[in-house]
Amino acid sequence: MASRQSPVTRDIAKVMNRADITRRLVARLENEEAVVGGIGHTNFDLWASGQRPQNFYMLGSMGLAPSIALGVAIAQPQRRVFCLEGDGSMIMHLGSLGTIAMVAPRNLAIVLLDNGIYQITGGQKTHTSHCTDLVGIAAASGIARAEWARDEAHFEAWVDRALAEDGPWLIGVRTDNAPPAGVTDRDPVRIRERFMVGLGVRK
Amino acid sequence: MATESPAKTPWYDTVLAVLKANQVEIVAYVPDKVLAPLIARLHADPYFTMIPVAREEEGLGIATGAWMGGKRTIILMQTSGFATLPNVLASLVIACQIPAILMISERGTMGDHQLAQAIVCRTLVPTLQTLGVEHHRITRPDETEFICDRTIQQAYKTQAPAALILSPLLTNNPAWK
Repeated sequence: MASRQSPVTRDIAKVMNRADITRRLVARLENEEAVVGGIGHTNFDLWASGQRPQNFYMLGSMGLAPSIALGVAIAQPQRRVFCLEGDGSMIMHLGSLGTIAMVAPRNLAIVLLDNGIYQITGGQKTHTSHCTDLVGIAAASGIARAEWARDEAHFEAWVDRALAEDGPWLIGVRTDNAPPAGVTDRDPVRIRERFMVGLGVRK
Repeated sequence: MATESPAKTPWYDTVLAVLKANQVEIVAYVPDKVLAPLIARLHADPYFTMIPVAREEEGLGIATGAWMGGKRTIILMQTSGFATLPNVLASLVIACQIPAILMISERGTMGDHQLAQAIVCRTLVPTLQTLGVEHHRITRPDETEFICDRTIQQAYKTQAPAALILSPLLTNNPAWK
């Protein structure tokens, strides 16, 4: 599949607030959609948005949230699966974008939260602050529906499309460096067990 | 299971049958020459969902998500690929109690000509021991079914990862060909 330019570029996308964007996503989920939150402030804000049983908060293994979400999407093709991933995490596993494009799960959407820094470790700049466009990389990896959100309303419109139309999707959101709205529980077994109950695999 | 004598059934046919018997439907892999006949047979069988991944870590992520969603995965790799995995094994798979099944083609031993493979090979078993991951080395066709079947069953019953190591004694031994 040929890569193409998203009509909204990173340069003109509005810088939004990660906790607000996360709440806007969760507010649109009405059918027990799964949400996999990547390491760090990404899953802190997912936690703070309300602890849905269909949320999984990844505590280690930086960069693997999209792969975990891919596994959920393959196992449960009838359920929509969202992945929240930061830019620092995403550049650790660019190959996973090609894997997702190749498997082409119709029910998977990645929301890339790009603040351009490793916020949790002291704000060091990531590649995206310098030159790297992760929506462009996603498109070039074969994810045809890779787009920057222009502003909050535009983000919500992309989420609505990802809920209704075939994916896989990657929705890029530029975010600010406001502190996260909460902190996750740190018990991985409890998090995993709760998620499996939320997905109907366990009672 | 195959009706031929165990020594006549190639190891990869035995592995394929054991995976089906244990409902392991998803196969994530990074290629390896020794694993090539197994990969080819798994691809040819519509029972399996085949996912070539860019790095072995992705395979463990997929296995984690798929298991939480109700499906079973095996990840195929060679020794050097395993050497990339300690962090994800520790911080995701073991921490969350995920029964990820690893099948590792053991390179760098018993006549390997590549120094790089030989050096990384020395880290395989000590790393598994350090992480406390159940692991077994398979050396003979007549033990392949028992070791694979029992190890996979135990992994799911105990919610823990397990590693199946394919020794050159099994995969590159003229006695079994």
